[in-house]
Amino acid sequence: MNITEVLKGLVMDSGFSAITWQQVVMILVACALLYLAIVKKFEPMLLLTIAFGMLLVNLPLGGLMSPPPEGESWTKAGLLYLFSQGVKSSIFPCLIFMGVGAMTDFGPMLANPMSLLLGAAAQLGIYVAFVLAIVMGHTIPGIDFTPQQAAAIAIIGGADGPTAIFLATKLASELLAPIAVAAYSYMALIPLIQPPIMRLLTTEKERKIQMKQLRKVSQTEKIIFPIAVTIVVVLMLPSVAPLLGMFMLGNLFRESGVVPRLSDTAQNALINIITILLGVSVGASADGTIFLKPQTLMIICLGLVAFAFSTVGGVLLGKVMCKLSHGKINPLIGAAGVSAVPMAARVANVEGQKYNKANYLLMFAMGPNVAGVIGSAVAAGFLLKMFG
Amino acid sequence: MTNIVLAITEMSVGEALVTAGLGIVVVMAVLALLAVIIAIMSKIVARLAQEDNAPAKAEPAAPAPAPKPQEPPKPQGKPIPVTQSRGECDLTTVDEKDAAMIMAIVADQMGEPLNTLRFISIRPID
Repeated sequence: MNITEVLKGLVMDSGFSAITWQQVVMILVACALLYLAIVKKFEPMLLLTIAFGMLLVNLPLGGLMSPPPEGESWTKAGLLYLFSQGVKSSIFPCLIFMGVGAMTDFGPMLANPMSLLLGAAAQLGIYVAFVLAIVMGHTIPGIDFTPQQAAAIAIIGGADGPTAIFLATKLASELLAPIAVAAYSYMALIPLIQPPIMRLLTTEKERKIQMKQLRKVSQTEKIIFPIAVTIVVVLMLPSVAPLLGMFMLGNLFRESGVVPRLSDTAQNALINIITILLGVSVGASADGTIFLKPQTLMIICLGLVAFAFSTVGGVLLGKVMCKLSHGKINPLIGAAGVSAVPMAARVANVEGQKYNKANYLLMFAMGPNVAGVIGSAVAAGFLLKMFG
Repeated sequence: MTNIVLAITEMSVGEALVTAGLGIVVVMAVLALLAVIIAIMSKIVARLAQEDNAPAKAEPAAPAPAPKPQEPPKPQGKPIPVTQSRGECDLTTVDEKDAAMIMAIVADQMGEPLNTLRFISIRPID
């Protein structure tokens, strides 16, 4: 036995001989994201799982994303390939939405229905990014986004991970990885992205405004709301039924009070399990050979623009409502309309307290915040109707 | 039923602008409609709650037996002054400053003095 030959054979059969430069880059990106998740604690629940999926799929010869050989049973497929079917079929985003619904208290929004308008205005970035993606396709050589791709990219501005994944799988599954990574990365970076825009668009006097205490919302209203929303919105935009239906079902579990075990499962065990499967699957879709393209960079830029304009939309409508209410509404709460529950509401609260320590905007910002979830789902439904 | 559009593979900038405008209008309209529904719903629920309370008030009160003079509840330990509080609250990865802020917000939202509330534990929800 020739030891040198054996060692040479081991090296040749190992991943070291098969690794490409794209995979090396993606492994570095995965490590950077792991650093952000673990050390900086940026959305760790998602970023950690996404980053680890990205790391696994870019280690060569693992076969984790291999489809089953032709004519063979599905059981022969790679582990992450099987997980990813839950994303491709939209099962995971919809189940995540059910969990989010079970965790959401619509009370602040029901107490102040006008906050729904802030949630709508904060979808502005979706449409700005959509137009920009189309413009890029016409003006930048080598970049050619179809309207479906432009719509899938634009939904990053909704600042809602499950909605972005849902729409991307329906309209442009080839862009799922950059869209999901951009959406979740920017959601994690909301405390850095939003405050400068909020300060730029508001005066110190506006930021100091203390809002009046919200009325108490009865349990009956909280129970009727998810049922009414499901009927009205799904009748208007049937394409939004999977997302919104699951969201409202989760909320009805919570508010009805008759199924505490289901509510508990949806907002704890189920959402945790699905988060693991979804995060790893999304990360696993970021194969270096597919991910490292100029259009990925464009998607990441467009995502940032979308986030910024969504914040602008919410704050500007907040300013209008502030004027109309003679200074009773603090425009900072408009920025929370970008969904990203509850991160965006926390940012509005922190920003308000920088200028008035006694100002607790959290509950007021939760109204536009949860309205933003509905708004981004409606926007996704519209885009799906147009381009699906 | 017919489906509007589909299978668009190319789009001019003008068409994109129109689509974006339409999208904003649709989102605004749907959410404004929901706001109206909420406003109507809250009025109806409030009216029904009022009606439920009204007959109860209208019923003549049954002659009640002469009330026994109630003994004031025996104070357990020293009464808490309005400006103070006591007891223990479990804090899980929450520092005292944040806990104090949370307690103050809860008291403010409930409209109750802080010293009449009892906090058992405060912990973050992931």
